Amino acid sequence: MFEGISVPVIAKHFRFQWEPAQECYVLLYPEGMVKLNDSAGEILSCCGNQVSVDEIVEKLSKKFPDAHTLPEEVREFFEVAYEKQWINFD
Amino acid sequence: MKNSGSTLIDRPGSPLWLLAELTYRCPLQCPYCSNPTDMAAIKDELSTEEWLKVIREARELGAVQLGFSGGEPLVRQDLELLVAEGHKLGYYTNLITSGIGMDAGRVAALKQAGLDHIQLSFQAGSEDVNNIFAGSGKAFEKKLVIARAVKDQGYPMVLNFVLHRDNIDELEDILALSEALGADYVELANTQYHGWGLQNRDALMPSEEQLQRAEALTNEYREEHPRGMTLYFVVPDYYEARPKPCMNGWGSMFLTIAPDGLALPCHSARDLPIDFPHVRDMSVSDIWYHSTAFNFFRGDDWMKEPCSSCPEKEKDFGGCRCQAYLLTGDAANTDPVCSKSPQHGQITDAVARANCQTKVDVPLLFRNMKNSRTLIAKG
Repeated sequence: MFEGISVPVIAKHFRFQWEPAQECYVLLYPEGMVKLNDSAGEILSCCGNQVSVDEIVEKLSKKFPDAHTLPEEVREFFEVAYEKQWINFD
Repeated sequence: MKNSGSTLIDRPGSPLWLLAELTYRCPLQCPYCSNPTDMAAIKDELSTEEWLKVIREARELGAVQLGFSGGEPLVRQDLELLVAEGHKLGYYTNLITSGIGMDAGRVAALKQAGLDHIQLSFQAGSEDVNNIFAGSGKAFEKKLVIARAVKDQGYPMVLNFVLHRDNIDELEDILALSEALGADYVELANTQYHGWGLQNRDALMPSEEQLQRAEALTNEYREEHPRGMTLYFVVPDYYEARPKPCMNGWGSMFLTIAPDGLALPCHSARDLPIDFPHVRDMSVSDIWYHSTAFNFFRGDDWMKEPCSSCPEKEKDFGGCRCQAYLLTGDAANTDPVCSKSPQHGQITDAVARANCQTKVDVPLLFRNMKNSRTLIAKG
């Protein structure tokens, strides 16, 4: 499905933004909204600017040095997000 | 009271959806339209400034989805301006349209204004059935042109088909048309029997066999095309044993503003004998949190039996208040779609008529101002 060098991009027609009223990141799409939990929000906010999966893992590992299962969690999230068609890989 | 702990806990969430019904005017005459049948008596549309105020106030409360519908919203010449404001404020902006009144230039102008999504309705998968139900001989041809213009602007292609007795057997045509137009999402929404739909219920309701076939075809498509068009199949609740959790609960997420500024918890609620607030008299915040109307059916204190002691009351909220009122005369009754409702016989009778082998054809009452005036005169 994807490799470490794959570049995840938020799918066309989805918009990712912080919602003050919900106090969380959300994904907006035609007539719908997904409220994201903290880790999903953190991961998706790293997407864009040609950043690869490996680079996202590296960046988040520096930010959360105590999260030892972080690389697996990021990969699992991207699998789910791809399945749900929230993201594509360049 | 305002600062007491219990009020804070009980405070409803913010509205997530603002549906701006810009006008009841429409060039088409679909006999299942959800607009009120007395629409001919409703005048005095909100001005551009009044709509801008509503859009800003709802966004401040936390609404994220902004839908422009009607009637036909394209009739309003200030549509682009309203879209631009919605986009600027951070809404995901949706246009719910028949496409009639659009041309490539207007699609481009809407794109420029920041419109995120256009949901284009078709009446059928074939030209003849489409045009009969639209009440317009040129509707289908015009829609095809607009669909291509929408696609050319890079929009997600979201098509909506209202299903009923006379088009549900064309599901293969509907899916083929959707694929040919490059649809991303297809809503296959069975008619809801409110407004004009209720007037035409016997003419529109499919048989159980028709429904099962359509659902099976939908599931088959989904299995064969895992990354294909996303199909939403909305079942007609008359064929369900339990009611739908209508609007996800009264005043929980949805806020509809009617063309004249009446604030409603759903687009059908105008039929209810409730004094709904008006955006010319109250702020959107006061309407949402403090108006009597928006608090009427929040929580479960209003429920009667069999709802009040039902273990599923938090799942379906007793169903649809409008349907309860239209069919039983009391909006606080259980939605008669529920098999536990004492009035469930009304639903089973209508379903039995739809399944009757010797069913006689019932004429359609088209949605237009002339028929609306006739219905008003009849009372």
